[in-house]
Amino acid sequence: MTKMPRWADIALIPLINLALALLVAGIVLLFIGQNPVEALQIMVRGAVGSTYGWGYTLFYATNFIFTGLAVAVAFHAKLFNIGGEGQAQLGSLGVALVCLAVPWPHWLLALPAAIVGGAVFGAAWAFIPAYLQAKRGSHIVITTIMFNFIASSLLVYLLVSTLKAPGMAPESARFPEGAWLPSARELFASIGIEFSRAPLNVSFLVALLACWLVWLLLWRTRLGYEIRALGHSEPAARYAGISPPRIVIIAMLISGALAGLMAVNAVMGEQERLLQDNVLGAGFVGIAVALMGRSHPVGVLLAAILFGALYQGGAELEFETSVPRQMIIVIQALVILFTGALDNMVREPVTGLFLRYGKRKPAPGTPAE
Amino acid sequence: MDFLTIIQIGDSTIRLATPLLLACLAGLFSERSGIIDIGLEGKMLISAFFSAAVAALTGSVWLGLLAGVAAAVIFSLIHGLASITFRGDQLISGVALNFLASGMSVLIAQDIFAQGGRTPSLSGDARFASLDLPFAEALSGVPILGPIYSDMLSGHTILVYVALLAVPATWYVLFRTRFGLRLRAVGENPGAVDTAGVSVKRLRYGAVLICGLLSGLGGAYLSTGLAAGFTQEMTAGRGYIALAALIFAKWRPWQALGACLLFGFLQAVSNRFNSIDLILFEIPNAFVLALPYILTVVILAGFVGRAVPPRAGGTPYVKER
Repeated sequence: MTKMPRWADIALIPLINLALALLVAGIVLLFIGQNPVEALQIMVRGAVGSTYGWGYTLFYATNFIFTGLAVAVAFHAKLFNIGGEGQAQLGSLGVALVCLAVPWPHWLLALPAAIVGGAVFGAAWAFIPAYLQAKRGSHIVITTIMFNFIASSLLVYLLVSTLKAPGMAPESARFPEGAWLPSARELFASIGIEFSRAPLNVSFLVALLACWLVWLLLWRTRLGYEIRALGHSEPAARYAGISPPRIVIIAMLISGALAGLMAVNAVMGEQERLLQDNVLGAGFVGIAVALMGRSHPVGVLLAAILFGALYQGGAELEFETSVPRQMIIVIQALVILFTGALDNMVREPVTGLFLRYGKRKPAPGTPAE
Repeated sequence: MDFLTIIQIGDSTIRLATPLLLACLAGLFSERSGIIDIGLEGKMLISAFFSAAVAALTGSVWLGLLAGVAAAVIFSLIHGLASITFRGDQLISGVALNFLASGMSVLIAQDIFAQGGRTPSLSGDARFASLDLPFAEALSGVPILGPIYSDMLSGHTILVYVALLAVPATWYVLFRTRFGLRLRAVGENPGAVDTAGVSVKRLRYGAVLICGLLSGLGGAYLSTGLAAGFTQEMTAGRGYIALAALIFAKWRPWQALGACLLFGFLQAVSNRFNSIDLILFEIPNAFVLALPYILTVVILAGFVGRAVPPRAGGTPYVKER
């Protein structure tokens, strides 16, 4: 197998895939009688044209960073964790329990505790599928799908019984004031910059920290090496003395914990109470984000911001035209389809081109293949 | 619980099991050929939408059925293109198609009907009418067996009976025909099939097309038989329950019928009762709804009879290495 240059692998091919997805999305828009260029302008303006737009874009992006990292870590161990949705739901339960258990005096104390709560509950929900995959060989994709449904039933049940606050709505009591996270508006105001009212909050910084830590874990620690080795070749990993069941379980625990952390942003940062459906598909967006970001934390960060802009821009599009929000889902589907499933459709011709035109001047010092 | 309630629950069990059964048999063909399909949900949804939309526009349920099946088959072909021709990841392709169906159905519905992502309600010829089995009227007076026959088994739409007949048909095709033998072989060891001079790609495309057809029927039943019109996300996870039933049945047709009836029964029970009172404690409704998923996990865990999937499932076949 011949290699193409690194830049082509990590930038050119994803960009071609993305362009194809957007092209098809544009055709869909034409079919329902909308001008694609105009729609794109509305979306871009809505997503990044104001601090209000940015406030929403980066808020969504924070959710997608967590779920994207969750899928990415599992991908490195060659596991497809489709259960981000359920793990994030359980994470929200963990965060809510932590926030409601103690009358928190200050958010600086509540935040670390909530991080632990979300991560532990998310990881716990990933543990059973991981254990079944590692020890009993049950397919993790199927078990994590089933666990998504079980998680949602569990939350529905808890919110009409034990955790239900007085009143009609199936939701928990509001968190104590000491557990409210400062929003971007408050943070920027303290240094004298005006920022619109938007749900972006301090957990965005937690997400950035998580990106860095995941990078550190995967490429600078022994455990990360073992995860990647298992993902590349199980026999080789086994031969090198790595225990596959152990790594499968650890990778899934990390993955579930990351998905669970999403609740710090969505539940603690915005809703400030536990609602029945608080994840709203972000667990699935994580799949698209991880695929586009080539499972690298920097890629995940960029892809998450792109999808955040897409979600916010799509909301504006619905507001200004007759195109429903579901346009976002269509674009998301096309991105997953082209960058994930139909990747070879682009990769093979591009590799062929590099093979034909790139062989003439081999880089100095590289032996001929 | 009196006899009438039991008959009514039996009746709605059959209704609710039908879409599951069609989707489950669809998945059975696909997975037996080595193509994992978690896009059953999407195929049912897109078919449900197109059946209802075309039936609403033309007033003919049969044209609707045709459109729905065609849409599901097109989705199947995309899945085939991704997973057979371009050897992409079958799981990712399925996820993408589920999203595509969920987005496109509402987008087009909103564009045509502008009713918040729904189609107008269907009536008359735009819906499947219920069929009376022969002698249903005459036999209804017979004690016990009469109501079972005339109220529970008779009086469903034609797709219900198609689904029930699809079970022996699937068994026959898979276990008594050459195509079926090859199909099962290609899901276990595609290399061997290839060596015998049979095209792996053609067999798998065949399986994927049958899968599109059956899941299309399932989707059409949802919006034109079970309900009267399309509503947003109306499949409500049925594609995944069908997948669960498929595992529960260990990829076998008769067992698939049993699993779908069981899961249909659970839905029927939870639709009818808010919670189930056993003498000692009360089972909440949410638990009954989650039971199919919990049972599947238990089966998958291998504590109660191990479920072994077709061996080549999920791996694309590369002709020459």
